[in-house]
Amino acid sequence: MSGLIIDNISMRFDLANGKAVQALQNVSLDLKQGELLAVLGPSGCGKTTLLNILAGFLAPTEGQVRLGGKRVTGPGPERGMVFQQGALFEWMNVRHNIDFGPRMKGMARAERDRITDHLLETVGLHDFGEKAVYELSGGMQQRVALARCLANDPDVILMDEPLGALDALTREKMQGLVLKLWKETAKTVVLITHSVEEALLLGERLVVMAPRPGRIFREYRLPFAERGVNMDLRAVKRSEGFAQTREEILEMIWGMEEEIMGKRESA
Amino acid sequence: MVVLLVYAAIFVVSMLVWGRIKRHRDRHDFTSLKTVTFGDESAIIPDRVASVISVVSVFLIWGAFTGSRIVPLHVPGPFIGEAGFSYTARDASGAEAQAPVRILVHAIGAKPAPPVVPEGTGFAKGDAAIVAAWRSVLIRPADNDGPGAQIVAIDGKPIAVDQKIAVSGGAVTLTAKGSLNFQAARGMQMEPIWLPSPEAVVARLIEIANNGFQNTSLWGHLGASLARVLAGFVLGSAVGIPLGYAMGLSGWFRGWFDPIVEFMRPVPPLALIPLVIIWFGIWETGKVVLLFLAALWIMVIAARSGVSGVKLSKIHAAYSLGASRAQIMRHVIIPNSLPDLFTGARVAMGVCWGTVVAAELVAAQKGAGMMIIAASKFQLTDIVVMGIILIGIIGYGIDIAMRMAERRLVPWKGRG
Repeated sequence: MSGLIIDNISMRFDLANGKAVQALQNVSLDLKQGELLAVLGPSGCGKTTLLNILAGFLAPTEGQVRLGGKRVTGPGPERGMVFQQGALFEWMNVRHNIDFGPRMKGMARAERDRITDHLLETVGLHDFGEKAVYELSGGMQQRVALARCLANDPDVILMDEPLGALDALTREKMQGLVLKLWKETAKTVVLITHSVEEALLLGERLVVMAPRPGRIFREYRLPFAERGVNMDLRAVKRSEGFAQTREEILEMIWGMEEEIMGKRESA
Repeated sequence: MVVLLVYAAIFVVSMLVWGRIKRHRDRHDFTSLKTVTFGDESAIIPDRVASVISVVSVFLIWGAFTGSRIVPLHVPGPFIGEAGFSYTARDASGAEAQAPVRILVHAIGAKPAPPVVPEGTGFAKGDAAIVAAWRSVLIRPADNDGPGAQIVAIDGKPIAVDQKIAVSGGAVTLTAKGSLNFQAARGMQMEPIWLPSPEAVVARLIEIANNGFQNTSLWGHLGASLARVLAGFVLGSAVGIPLGYAMGLSGWFRGWFDPIVEFMRPVPPLALIPLVIIWFGIWETGKVVLLFLAALWIMVIAARSGVSGVKLSKIHAAYSLGASRAQIMRHVIIPNSLPDLFTGARVAMGVCWGTVVAAELVAAQKGAGMMIIAASKFQLTDIVVMGIILIGIIGYGIDIAMRMAERRLVPWKGRG
């Protein structure tokens, strides 16, 4: 049981033409075990860079990430990842995609099958274990990706716009599933999204990032995710404060976009 | 030219007829169309009826132009039978006399007795000759007509040196030396030495399948070619795939081998034959080395692109699921490269098959290519045609087999 600490990280990319881009500047966050953090921001604000640093694919130029007191220096099974799309292994069937992590650890067959069967049930794919992943719809593929991540029993789940490529209806169903899994498993979740509504629905905590340099602009603590656990998501959207907060954040992001456009025009 | 016109006519007529039949048979409304957009490539599926008619008409035309027994309709064949003409000779005194010439045109290979020499009039004496169909014969009708006799007319028409006059069963030309060159009428059919009839090719196939060709059975010849292709392909893959993987995974390997691969890739394997013969001789080693080189670069490039084509998100996913580098190699990178490897293998097998035939044309004791080059030296055109057909069928068969294997072994190809 451990928290995720983002300690004052900065990330600079040196470009080929000699210039440098400050993708992140002095970002600090302290996440407790079981918290769900949504990260929102206009494109280019460094949210994917932040997630890649948390996953260990990128090393920050300054600062450090600690999980349970241990410094993150590379990718590891204690931080599971769910990608937008295309990260399933299409040469394996659904079952082997889901038990990939336990299999790599050398877990016994029976134990693996027990975990996989349980997860197939949890994500609503109990009859699809032996199917090829390319036979599934986009929504089903993302269920497999969620199950694959959970099968490894990570401390933190990092999601990079996991529902971004889905149609509106499937997306809403999947939002419900994400909330349900979060409550049931009590995992720490970091969710990157560019949908304000999704961030409000799922984010127990919400961080709005601003670009150039990428930094945390505003932080919220929101009641909607907690409400969504017991309530229909559409009812949550109609509930008190939702519309108002959404307008507030939208205005904030539009303001940032306009600032970027203005900078471009003057440059 | 005629052949092309006939082929085009069959194409158009069968298209119109089949189109008419299909229109009556199928449902025809907008929902029955896969797409309403003209030019949608995905909506174009091959009409198998067209394929069947296409193949059948190739054989029909082949048969019609070679006088085949299996085809009811033929284009006019060569003249066979008794041809003849009469000539007018003028002797030194200026007197003229006429005499007939009788020519027996016989089928190739027949050995008939020469026809009876006909009677002439005056000092001109009749003549007789025999000639095979499609061939010409030199006749000297004036030689037995007394001194100074010269031919001045054929069938009553005056003739000059190098002039050609059509006569029954052929045409005659007067040569500068005063003799006549009779060319039997050729008709429109092909002489067997140019193109044998389909049944002659089949008969030859059966004969060679039973008795072999030049001390080796037919299967021995084809098997020798296939064995060389397999040996070259297996060796090329055994070296090429690991090398391609190394080039896909290591910058040093990539940099080291890139110039070599990119330089060797566009060199056609056929251009290497002389050097390979000088280095490795004309026997099996040389051929296998040649095919190894033909397959190698293709497999290197296929393996390299298979590795570099893996989506970074898949690697990242595997890392964050706790896989080690070796596990990622085995469970992610290698399976991900299989579709590309299969594409490469299909290309490599095709190139190897073409190269082996060409290499056998240069020098071999057995093999499909050796069979046709040896037969061509004896003008055994039926064996040449048979060999070409077998080479084509086997090449096609290899490709079909590779495609079936691909569908079974990498069903996820193109669906990632």
